[in-house]
Amino acid sequence: MPQTYTPIASTTVGTATNSVTFSSIPSTYTDLILVVNGVLTGSGGGRFRVNGDTGTNYSYTRVYGNGSAAASDRNSNQDFAYGSNLTTVVSNGIYHFMNYSNTTTNKTIISRNSASDAMVNAVANLWRSTAAINSITFDTGGYNMTTGFALALYGIKAA
Amino acid sequence: MTVARLSISSLNRGPSKKRTVLAGNDPILSGAYESIATVTVGAGGASSVSFTSIPSTYKHLQIRAIGRQNNAANTGNPKIEFNGDTNSNNYALHILYGDGATAAAYGTGAPTVSDVMITAGANIAANIFSAAIIDILDYSNTNKNKTVRSLTGADFNGSGTIRLYSDLWMSTSAISSITLTPNSSASFVQYTHIALYGIR
Repeated sequence: MPQTYTPIASTTVGTATNSVTFSSIPSTYTDLILVVNGVLTGSGGGRFRVNGDTGTNYSYTRVYGNGSAAASDRNSNQDFAYGSNLTTVVSNGIYHFMNYSNTTTNKTIISRNSASDAMVNAVANLWRSTAAINSITFDTGGYNMTTGFALALYGIKAA
Repeated sequence: MTVARLSISSLNRGPSKKRTVLAGNDPILSGAYESIATVTVGAGGASSVSFTSIPSTYKHLQIRAIGRQNNAANTGNPKIEFNGDTNSNNYALHILYGDGATAAAYGTGAPTVSDVMITAGANIAANIFSAAIIDILDYSNTNKNKTVRSLTGADFNGSGTIRLYSDLWMSTSAISSITLTPNSSASFVQYTHIALYGIR
């Protein structure tokens, strides 16, 4: 049986930054998994784009718990995919880019993410494009990822 | 910051080794996670997808899928069955889900249909598929009933759903086959892709 689940690239933030891009992603895997973990300079969340697409081609449906209630929301025609509720307390997210190199289907990304002082989420994102994904930019908007924030990209290849 | 390729230094300080990878959990390095079999549905569709003769040499199984079915609805709810057991008295399930407006929960003991994932249905725009990551824990252990957990969902830019499933198969038999079957007598459509992995 072929072994799979391969590290593609990873980085640990040295100088605080609000954007990290994984580029030149090979098309040879079936799924990608992006793992993020760390602390922001403010509680503002995280988001991502693929292939540098700045158009309103992203949308999501989310279910979450904030410590007092469970709820669900949705946003359509966004210019970012929903990432996570990253905060000033260590938070994380794991994003599964399913069949990312398939050039027939639009791209569905499912994730679970959590901020221990804020909420836990499960999210389904849609990127309305049949293009193969070759770059992923993780962005934290008006706040920075602090020193030590870790991001890692993995590839899973089906037989 | 752009990370264009893997460097030796990033490998050296990369993620710590973990024993298992389950839906939403930490990743593991290759060597413990193997591809067993994959089905990509062809032009004729598929009324079900089965994995048979599953080796007993792993600790857990994981199914990773994108799916769409041909029933006239926004979504479908394929079920999972093991070892050809179609007796609904042997399955139970609980679900936590959000539809974009409301979070809700559903649960039932046996008898029940063992829904395990969401698919996009025929009423959704073409070429949009759902996603599912299904973990089957301790599948070959003959002292335990079998527990399944799933992260699954789809967004359709104006509708959609995200779900967490927990399924129970009340059998201590080692799992040697898995069948996924769409509801409403529907079929999986072309490009549905379902892959089975073993985790040591």
